[in-house]
Amino acid sequence: MSSVPSPITAARPFPEAARSALADQQLRDNLRRATATIRDKRQRVVDEVPDWEDLRTAGARIKDDVLARLPELLAQFEAAATAAGARVHRAADAAEACRIVTGLVRATGSDEVVKVKSMATQEIGLNEALADAGVAAVETDLAELIVQLADDTPSHILVPAIHYNRSQIRDIFARRMPGVDLSTLTDDPPALAEAARRHLRAKFLSTEVAISGANFAVAETGTLVVVESEGNGRMCLTLPDTLISVVGVEKIVPTFADLGVFLQLLPRSSTGERMNPYTSMWTGVTPGDGPGDVHIVLLDNGRTPMLADPVGRQALRCIRCSACLNVCPVYERVGGHAYGSVYPGPIGAILTPQLTGQAAGANHTLPYASTLCGACYDACPVKINIPEVLVHLRASGPKPPAARAGMRAVARVMRRPRWYRAGLRLLRWAAAPWRLVARGGQVRRLPWPMSAWTAGRDAPLPPRGSFRDWWARR
Amino acid sequence: MSATDAVLDPVALLAGRLADYRATVHRCHPSGLAAAVATALARTHRVAAPADLPAAWLSAWHGDVVHDDAGAPLALAELDAPAVSVVTGCAVAMAETGTIILDAGPRQGRRALTLVPDHHVCVVAADQIAVSVPQALARLADPTRPLTMISGPSATSDIELNRVEGVHGPRRLDVILTDDPAPSR
Amino acid sequence: MRIGLFLTCVNDLMFPGTGQAVVRILERLGHTVEFPSAQTCCGQMHANSGYLAEALPMVRHFADTFAGYDAVVTPSGSCAAMVRESYPTLLPEAAPVATRCFELSELLVDVLGVTDVGAWFPHRVTYHPSCHGLRTLRLGDRPRRLLAQVRGLDLVDLPQAEQCCGFGGTFALANAEVSVAMLADKTAAVAATGAEYVAATDNSCLMHIGGGLSRAGAAARPLHYAEILAHREPAR
Repeated sequence: MSSVPSPITAARPFPEAARSALADQQLRDNLRRATATIRDKRQRVVDEVPDWEDLRTAGARIKDDVLARLPELLAQFEAAATAAGARVHRAADAAEACRIVTGLVRATGSDEVVKVKSMATQEIGLNEALADAGVAAVETDLAELIVQLADDTPSHILVPAIHYNRSQIRDIFARRMPGVDLSTLTDDPPALAEAARRHLRAKFLSTEVAISGANFAVAETGTLVVVESEGNGRMCLTLPDTLISVVGVEKIVPTFADLGVFLQLLPRSSTGERMNPYTSMWTGVTPGDGPGDVHIVLLDNGRTPMLADPVGRQALRCIRCSACLNVCPVYERVGGHAYGSVYPGPIGAILTPQLTGQAAGANHTLPYASTLCGACYDACPVKINIPEVLVHLRASGPKPPAARAGMRAVARVMRRPRWYRAGLRLLRWAAAPWRLVARGGQVRRLPWPMSAWTAGRDAPLPPRGSFRDWWARR
Repeated sequence: MSATDAVLDPVALLAGRLADYRATVHRCHPSGLAAAVATALARTHRVAAPADLPAAWLSAWHGDVVHDDAGAPLALAELDAPAVSVVTGCAVAMAETGTIILDAGPRQGRRALTLVPDHHVCVVAADQIAVSVPQALARLADPTRPLTMISGPSATSDIELNRVEGVHGPRRLDVILTDDPAPSR
Repeated sequence: MRIGLFLTCVNDLMFPGTGQAVVRILERLGHTVEFPSAQTCCGQMHANSGYLAEALPMVRHFADTFAGYDAVVTPSGSCAAMVRESYPTLLPEAAPVATRCFELSELLVDVLGVTDVGAWFPHRVTYHPSCHGLRTLRLGDRPRRLLAQVRGLDLVDLPQAEQCCGFGGTFALANAEVSVAMLADKTAAVAATGAEYVAATDNSCLMHIGGGLSRAGAAARPLHYAEILAHREPAR
C-alpha cells in the first residue's frame, strides 16, 4: 500500500494551513497578479455574451437532469461507448480505479505513460499508484509538468502552477528538466513553453500508453470530450496505441447537442477565452485514426452518496472551470495548498468534504474557509450556490463542544427579549474599564475570545448611551 | 460587431475572431485559392496532405507533396520533420469563437496529420461557416467521428495566466477563407 | 404606512447612532417609525455558522415582533438579506414579514421613491459595497445614488470596491489571519482614496474596516451611510 496521504483529505485544519501560506509573501504576490489577470479576462468575454445568464441557467438545468437520472444515463453511455469499440470499466472508489488502470497499463507491458491533465486521476492518486507498480507517469500539461518537476502538488484546478511566477518556473526547469538547454532558457514565457515542447516531443512520438480524464461524456453517443490549450491533450489522445480515460460519473451530459451549452460556458469561465485552442472528441475506436485500444474508467468515489443530499449535490454540477477560485478573496490570499485537497477554493470547500464525508482528516474545517461573500456563486457557470452549500455543510458537520455550548447560550439569550436587554446592559457595563485604555474609541487588546479579533485589528467599544435609552426619552 | 452584423457577415466575424487568437487569415475568391495556399506555404519545404486533397489547391505551390493514405500512412517522424506543413479542408467553422472543426471527413485526413507538423494551413469555404457553437455542432454529419476543434495555434495560459502561443500543437495556423461574393443562392 | 425599525443586535450594542440616524431620516421625510422593543437578533450569526436549530426561535421571534408592520427597515444589508432570502426557507410562515423587510436604501429609493433626503456632509467619502447587500439583495447603486445627492459630499471611488473586506461574521475570529490579510488590502484601498470617511450599509463590516484603519494608523474613519444621510447643515 502507498503511504501517500489521500489527495482529497486535508491533513491540517484550514486556519493552520492558511497561516503558513499567508507567511509566504512571494506566493501572495504571484496569486494576486494571476487572479487579477484572469478575473479581468473572464469578465471581458462573459460581457460579450448577451444571453450569459440564460446559458448559466441552461447549464445548471442540464446537469440537474443528469444528477436526477444518473444510473440510466451511465448505462446509456456505457452501451454507446462499448458499441463504438471502447471498453468501459466501473470503479466504486479510488483504490478500485487505481487497480483497474494499473492492471491495464501492466497488460500493455509499458513502464511509462503520458498523461493529460485530469482532476479525476489526481483525486484518486493515480500517479502514486502507478509509481508503486513501477510505471512512470509523465504529466504533459505545462503547469502539471512544472509541478511534477518541482516535486510539488497542484494549487489550482486549471492552472496547477499558479503559485509560481516565471522566474521560479525557469529555476525549476533549469534544475530538474533533463537535458534542458540552459543557453536558451530564460524566464520569458515563450522560452519556457519551448523548453517544455522539446522536453516532451520525443515522449509524445514514442509512448504507447496515454491516460486522460474527460471534461464531458455524452450518454447519447458514448463520446468523450477533452478541452485543452497546448496540444498535449491531442498528442496523448491521438498518438499512443492505448488510451485510458478516468471519468467521474458526474461528467455525463445527455446529448451531443448539450455540449453546445457547455462549450460556451467552460472556456469563457476558465481561461477567459471565447474558445480554448483545442477540443478533442472521440467515440470508441476509429480504425486508422488514433488509439486502437480505448478504455474508459467511470469513477464514483463518493459521488453517488452525494446525490442523496438535495442541497449538497449541486456541487456535482461543477465543470471544473475554476472561475470560483479566481474570484475568491480567500483563495487569492492563501492559494490552493491551504485547502489540503486537489479541489481547492470555494468549490473544493464544498466538494472535498462531501466526497469524503466531513469526518475525514480536517475536511470539516473547509466549509468555514469563506466569508460567504457570494462572489463564487455569481461567477459559477452552472449556478452552484456555493454559499448555500457551505452553510448547509456547517449545519451538518461536527462542531467543537465549547463553540456549540457558547452559541447555544447566546441563542438562549437572543430569543428572550428581557434576557437580551439584560445582556446588552451587562456588556456595556463590562466594557467600562476598557474605556480607560481606549484611544479614539478603539481598544488594541482584548481578552479571549476577542483576542482573536484584536490580534489583527483594533476593536471599538460599546458607547455609554444606548439606542433604547434615547428612544425611551423621546 | 453586433449579433445582427455577425449573422449578416459570418465570414468577417470568423476572420476577426481567428486573428484575435493569432491565426493568420487570408481571404480570397475561390479562384484565388491556389495562390493563397502558395502564399501561406512560403516558408515550407514539404507539404503533407490527406490523400483526397484536391490537387488544384496546391497547383500554385511548387514543392514536395506527400500524401497520407490509409493504406500507407506517413510515419510520425516524417510529419515531425522541420518545415513540414499540412494542408487540409475542414468540416465546419464557428464564427463567433474563431474555431475550425475537423471531423476526419473529406479533405481532412486522420488526426495525427494535423497535429504533428508545426504548421497547419486550413481552407474554409464560406458555406461551411456557422455562427454559434450550437449551430456549428448541429451541422456535423456524424458526432461519433473523431472531432478536433481548433481555435488558433497551440497556446498556454499556464505561466502567470498570460496566454502564450506555441506549445505542442502546430505553432502556426493559417486559415484561408474562400468567399464568392455573388453566391448562387 | 407603518414602518418598524429593526435595529440589529450589532447596532443595539455598538452603534446607537445608526439607529437614531434612520429614525431622523424617515421622520424628516414625514414618516412615523416605530421601534418594537421586544426585538432581538435576526439569527444570522447562528444560521450562517451552522446552528440552524438554535436560529429558528430567533426567526420565529422576529416574525412575531414585526408581524403588524407594512414595512420593516434595517440599516444592515446582511441582516436584511438574512430575513428576506433565508427566512422563507427556514420558516415558511415567516415569509410574509420577510418580503416586507428592506435595507434602508431599498426603502428610500424603491418604496418611498426618494434619493435626496436633504442631507449635508461636507467631507470626502468613499463607499464600500458590503457583500450581502451587493450580491444577495442586489442593492446596486442605490446607496451611492443617495450619497451622491448629499450636499457638500465628495464621493470618491474605492479601488477593488467589490472585494470582501474579510469580516464574514465568525470568519473574522475562526480564520482571523486570512480575515486580516483581506482587511489589509481593503484598508490600503481606503487609504489610497484620501477619503476622510469610508461608508457602508453594514456596521459589522465597518467595525472590521475601522479596526484595521485604526491599527494601521490611517486617518480615514468608518461611518454608516445612514449617519451621513441624517446629517444636516446647521441652521444659521
